Amino acid sequence: MQWEVVIGLEVHAQLSTESKIFSGASTAFGAAPNAQACAVDIALPGVLPVLNRGAVERAIKFGLAVGAKVARRSVFSRKNYFYPDLPKGYQISQFDLPVVLGGEIPILVDGVEKKVRLTRAHLEEDAGKSLHEDFHGMTGIDLNRAGTPLLEIVSEPDMSSPLEAVAYAKELHSLVRYLDICDGNMQEGSFRCDANVSVRRPGAPLGTRREIKNLNSFRFLQQAIEYEIQWQIDTLESGGKIQQATVLFDSDKGETRAMRSKEEAHDYRYFPDPDLLPLEISEAWIEEVGKTLPELPQAKRSRYVSDFGLSAYDAGVLTSSKELAAYFEEVVSIYSDPKVCANWVMGEVNGWLNKAGIEIARCPISSRALAGLLNRIGDGTISGKIAKEVFEAMWNGEGEADAIIESKGLKQISDSGALEKIVDEIISNNPSQVADYRAGRDKLFAFFVGQAMKATKGQANPAQLSEILKQKLAG
Amino acid sequence: MFNSSLKALSAQLADRKISSVELTGEFLKRVDALNPVLNAFITVDPEASLAQARIADAMIASGRAGPLTGIPVAQKDIFCAKDWLTTCGSKMLSNFVSPYDAHVIERFNAAGAVNLGKTNMDEFAMGSSNETSFFGPVKNPWDIKAVPGGSSGGSAAAVAARMAPAATGTDTGGSIRQPAALCGISGIKPTYGLVSRYGMIAFASSLDQGGPMAKSAEDLAILLNAMVGFDGRDSTSLERQPENYAKDLERPLAGLRIGIPAEYFAEGLSLDVEKAVQAAISEYQKLGATIVEVSLPNTRLSIPVYYVLAPAEASSNLSRYDGVRYGYRSANYKDLAEMYENSRAEGFGAEVKRRIMVGTYVLSHGYYDAYYMQAQKLRRLIAADFAGSFEKCDVIMGPTSPSTAFDLGEKGDDPVQMYLSDIYTIAVNLAGLPGMSIPVGFGDNGRPVGLQIIGNYFSEAKMLNVAHQYQKATDWHSRMPNI
Repeated sequence: MQWEVVIGLEVHAQLSTESKIFSGASTAFGAAPNAQACAVDIALPGVLPVLNRGAVERAIKFGLAVGAKVARRSVFSRKNYFYPDLPKGYQISQFDLPVVLGGEIPILVDGVEKKVRLTRAHLEEDAGKSLHEDFHGMTGIDLNRAGTPLLEIVSEPDMSSPLEAVAYAKELHSLVRYLDICDGNMQEGSFRCDANVSVRRPGAPLGTRREIKNLNSFRFLQQAIEYEIQWQIDTLESGGKIQQATVLFDSDKGETRAMRSKEEAHDYRYFPDPDLLPLEISEAWIEEVGKTLPELPQAKRSRYVSDFGLSAYDAGVLTSSKELAAYFEEVVSIYSDPKVCANWVMGEVNGWLNKAGIEIARCPISSRALAGLLNRIGDGTISGKIAKEVFEAMWNGEGEADAIIESKGLKQISDSGALEKIVDEIISNNPSQVADYRAGRDKLFAFFVGQAMKATKGQANPAQLSEILKQKLAG
Repeated sequence: MFNSSLKALSAQLADRKISSVELTGEFLKRVDALNPVLNAFITVDPEASLAQARIADAMIASGRAGPLTGIPVAQKDIFCAKDWLTTCGSKMLSNFVSPYDAHVIERFNAAGAVNLGKTNMDEFAMGSSNETSFFGPVKNPWDIKAVPGGSSGGSAAAVAARMAPAATGTDTGGSIRQPAALCGISGIKPTYGLVSRYGMIAFASSLDQGGPMAKSAEDLAILLNAMVGFDGRDSTSLERQPENYAKDLERPLAGLRIGIPAEYFAEGLSLDVEKAVQAAISEYQKLGATIVEVSLPNTRLSIPVYYVLAPAEASSNLSRYDGVRYGYRSANYKDLAEMYENSRAEGFGAEVKRRIMVGTYVLSHGYYDAYYMQAQKLRRLIAADFAGSFEKCDVIMGPTSPSTAFDLGEKGDDPVQMYLSDIYTIAVNLAGLPGMSIPVGFGDNGRPVGLQIIGNYFSEAKMLNVAHQYQKATDWHSRMPNI
């Protein structure tokens, strides 16, 4: 029996403003509880919200980047509900008139490109945090996060597999970081996903969906959706019905679990916030923000394919983050063989970064230093194999390529007189192998290369050596 | 001294005939004597007041005095004042000491005024009689059996009884004008957006506006000069060129066109109030004004519209009072839901709860369009009535309240009767227009009658001019209750 999966994502991206969306308090992560909650954030009597222009600017930037319509006029509404970490008893959000409408995000899964449509993106404030540990039967409230600006990005239900959902989330994650509107730190909650999942028979109307809340890693996103799909299919196939529900993902058990209905039975009583005027965005402002848009991942990818001759896959890897792409382009700007640069960045650089578990920003080898190493391969000073040894030494902080080559005596032997002398010696020391080779055992060529490399500690110029060997062995 | 104008008091301070410490001390003594009867103040803090008076005296001594330096001003207990108990007339905030100053308080402090104390008010400004205060009702100084009006009843009674030279109020549906009328003083609600709402505890955000209450229009102009000003912390605060509201006070009224709306003199208006208001209009004609008939047909809708919109906003504005971070928390609860329920059930009074319930209802899923959206549409119609009228006249006049002060307890059981007492004032808030009330005589029961003057947007200087010229020709405003 066939089932079709339908997935839509709601992503909360924390906007990278210095101060909160409606107050002047800092948004920095990790301060002592309530140290960054001002009078407005704790909702003292009489305080009022004032909109942070920086948050709006970031929303405009996002709208332009995804080809959406930036609303000239949008409205902040109050979403009313009681919760101890929601100080005003309402959240200021946008309801029927959001700031960004439409747009799309391209994703690539198994070599197939697909466009995921966006419904909308709206500005809102985050709530605080309830701390249930360490308070012995009581709950502690930390309002540092209250009022942090969020852009809630809502997709259409256009994804049909967990992999597509992850590809979409990753693409969006990369985009907000390219735009520099969100730091993308998932552990700190700067980028959180809610997934709406339903299943249906092909051709049937949409099934009842359940919403998985607050997934803060791509791995959990994938696991949670996979589990949820299976659970829904099992439920339906055993004759059950799906109830619309909000569910939480337990990452320890790898299961989703429905929240108690009491936790979600809300009539939010939205109405326009009378403390804030409608948000008017002028054409001029949009134009101004448009000028600050960087080259976007999709455009970068096409350029890497057309200008650098890279494969779509390689272009995708290199553009997966703005920082990695910038690093790669800096290397190319000095060493102008993009394919070699790509291989080194994707191979050695990425490999060592992964092993060390660090980001490109903290790579101990600068793009300039890497280009310096590649130059030494290009001009024949060292071989590719020796270069890997030099790379490791550079990674370990032993200096720049030239200094390491010099101090370790790794310079390639390209002196044909010296190489001829070595080859002559090998030929005279191995008469039987020479005879066999000349009798037609071509495979023995590798043996002679090996002997020569051994004699030169691997520093023989491989192309030159091969040439000389061929000549001399031919007799 | 107690009946002196602000100008006269300021002159005495400047001439060193009296110090601010002495002046403040005199008024504090009068508060001490009269407050047990009138209950106009919730909090007096003589030490804090006198400390401010000493600062004022230093300002005067160093020649840095302005027109309000050293003058004691009573502050409605809706304005947050640093280190002062700020209750908003509610048990919910009966323990709330504000850690910050409202913009209005900052402005008075900067002007060197002295905070004389925090005045009593209807709980969260919801009421027209001051009977909803957790701290007990205020008595009308003209007749202590009567209500002073509300919600700024404490401020009105304090000025009427000359316990304070001036006071602040706030007006959401008439809360400055109606108590001013019922207590025989002058009060003005400016154009929405002129006085910052920052630190003014919200009732209905799109309607709330602070303003001064005093003995005369001339005093109001001085107070308004201090209170009005752009404040970046209030998104609805208007950024305008500063204006001297006293600049037109002495302008003659010849040629003034007064619009009289027939709807304000229809059924429900007491005869004695009508008589006093008509007499005032005749006086204006003597002063050179002409009368123009105008029509405000949608005024009749203002009470239903108001009692949808104001409770809707209030139900949300008052959600922050949950007992979690400050304010009253019930001692009796087992879990979170009970903590909320009991704190709010015990912390709010009946009228506040009634409005929270109405507001919650009209915003609920399935009712929003029928109530809230509909009311917003009608609100625009009400504003359009005024816009049409102001094409034909300079100011609109009529009664402030349909009757003089009613007796304490008289309307306590009937909220709709109580709501109807704001019939003439509410439309002004819905339109965001400035409105004022000045005393123009007394009713059959000897209680004061107020004349309402409604102006076009930003016409406060004109309105004060209109009021001042009348007060120069008459003496109703300088009459004092015998208390």
